[in-house]
Amino acid sequence: MSLKQKIRELQKKREEVIQGGGEKALEKQAAQGKLTARARIISLLDKDSFQEYDMFVEHEARDFEMDKVTLAGDGVITGTGRIYGAPVCIFAQDFTVAGGSLGLMHARKITKIMDHAMKMRVPLIGINDSGGARVQEGVNSLAGYGEIFFRNTIASGVIPQISVILGPCAGGAVYSPALTDFVFVVEKISKMFITGPEVIKTVLGEEISMEDLGGARIHSQITGNAHFYSESEEECFEQIKKLITYIPWNNSRKARPFPAKNPRKEFRIDEIIPDDPKLPYDVKDVIMALTDNSDFFEIQEQWAANVVIGFGRLSGVTIGFVANQPMFMAGVLDVDSSDKAARFIRYCDAFDIPIVTLVDIPGYLPGIDQEHAGVIRHGAKLLYAYSEATVPKITVVLRKAYGGGYIAMNSRHLRADFVFAWPSAEIAVMGPEGAANIIFRKEITSAENPDEMRKLKIKEYKEKFANPYVAAAKGYVDSVIEPLETRNCILHALDVSLTKTVERPQKKHGIPPF
Amino acid sequence: MKKKIDQQKYEILNIDYTMYKTIIPDKFKNKQKWEIPDNRKIRAFIPGTILKITVKEGQSVKAGTKLCILDAMKMKNRLATPVAGKVKSINVKEGQVVSKNEILFEIE
Repeated sequence: MSLKQKIRELQKKREEVIQGGGEKALEKQAAQGKLTARARIISLLDKDSFQEYDMFVEHEARDFEMDKVTLAGDGVITGTGRIYGAPVCIFAQDFTVAGGSLGLMHARKITKIMDHAMKMRVPLIGINDSGGARVQEGVNSLAGYGEIFFRNTIASGVIPQISVILGPCAGGAVYSPALTDFVFVVEKISKMFITGPEVIKTVLGEEISMEDLGGARIHSQITGNAHFYSESEEECFEQIKKLITYIPWNNSRKARPFPAKNPRKEFRIDEIIPDDPKLPYDVKDVIMALTDNSDFFEIQEQWAANVVIGFGRLSGVTIGFVANQPMFMAGVLDVDSSDKAARFIRYCDAFDIPIVTLVDIPGYLPGIDQEHAGVIRHGAKLLYAYSEATVPKITVVLRKAYGGGYIAMNSRHLRADFVFAWPSAEIAVMGPEGAANIIFRKEITSAENPDEMRKLKIKEYKEKFANPYVAAAKGYVDSVIEPLETRNCILHALDVSLTKTVERPQKKHGIPPF
Repeated sequence: MKKKIDQQKYEILNIDYTMYKTIIPDKFKNKQKWEIPDNRKIRAFIPGTILKITVKEGQSVKAGTKLCILDAMKMKNRLATPVAGKVKSINVKEGQVVSKNEILFEIE
């Protein structure tokens, strides 16, 4: 054979593999509104940047007549590419080939690209679309998953790991996304669960659809397993690209700097908070009144909405924001919101992203169900995360900061670097009404007119304690500032904090209240 | 911004004696009221099938006496009474499929 013929043979082989599971399977994929694995990669990555590897890998299974079966690329496509110029390693499971099931060589391809991502210290993106373990390969499939989970863990906090659920991701397979940093789900396409509806029906007799058990909405609103929700694969890819612009390639680099921009004029920071501390407002308006171009990339928007987390930029630098949301459940802290904020704080700390915390919290949510759900253990996670974080930490107390909530929301005592407070801040051990019922109970009950005494005591307490000056007098608050001064104060604080270095006692790692 | 706020449906939430105007999700409003657990009511801890009932109505039982075998998760689960007393009622039959927390026996 001449060289020309050999080249043609190579091109022919490539075309065969690109056909995936064949025309029928491709049609079925399209009928479900799903793009093919290759189309997804091409759509997500920069034009012409995708380099595929391990295209000709073949499975070596022999049981169950597998020796008679050819599987293109063994059901997964792996390679490297760029997103807005940032190098990434990517794998996408191909549902048209044996249902995207994971066998030994399939897993080897994935672990190879994961090892590559770790060696080169670049983000790893995994597009999951698989029926699960390839039953015909038995324990080899389980071994494959195990190798992937181990690498997810070792890479955690070194390189950003992103999971995109564009199909079923069930059984053991779903643990890989759970170990990664960010999970993207798409309405009607993503399905994540440990045990599927059929097994639940046979073993437990409970009936539920795939969508209601582990669809995109369930994981975005109820379980908190998903971080970003979208209604189409295209929208999802735009979200992923946006995320990549905010985060660094690895934990020894800073995120890409952008040109500094002022917040948009329509956000008037001094007109957002109502005078009455019991009335709500949208804290996202405050965030957008602070960030460059008022851009705010929110994470886990629909879950535990009483706390808001996400990325924004200040003077072109990526910043992680954590804020109580008074508009939802009065902005209390509870089991889910503590988990949500704590994990995000640890992500920012791992990747050297400064954290700005906006505080307006009336306390923790009272209730038997909260106590029995372990609000103690989960609330402690937030204290742990803030204390442990050594990135620059800046706090702005907007309004209420009562009791335990004051401590937990990045107070000076958890080693916030700079604590600012607005004149509307009320830093106190409890609210005036609570104080009346607890501290002044004797005076009120023994008074001639309890109602009048109660009103008087509330007024006294309010005037004496519901302000930032008591805390400022003790140095617990560094500076009381006007709302319009906020962005400037934060920018200056960040400017001074670029070279922050903290020593902590040597240890292998702490024992956070997992 | 202001318009978006005004259009929201706000309700009153009591946090430590202070009444806050805010959005309260259905999940919070519909949560189950806590009941004092009554361990004289023997409930199924898991959905399954009653394989065998090993006591009779009116029978005196000691703490730890086996009441039935509940077939679930490929296991023959032994359900025993945590309290001593008399079997007040048997609410299930052998072969019956039960759901989680369903009351199977009552001890008096």
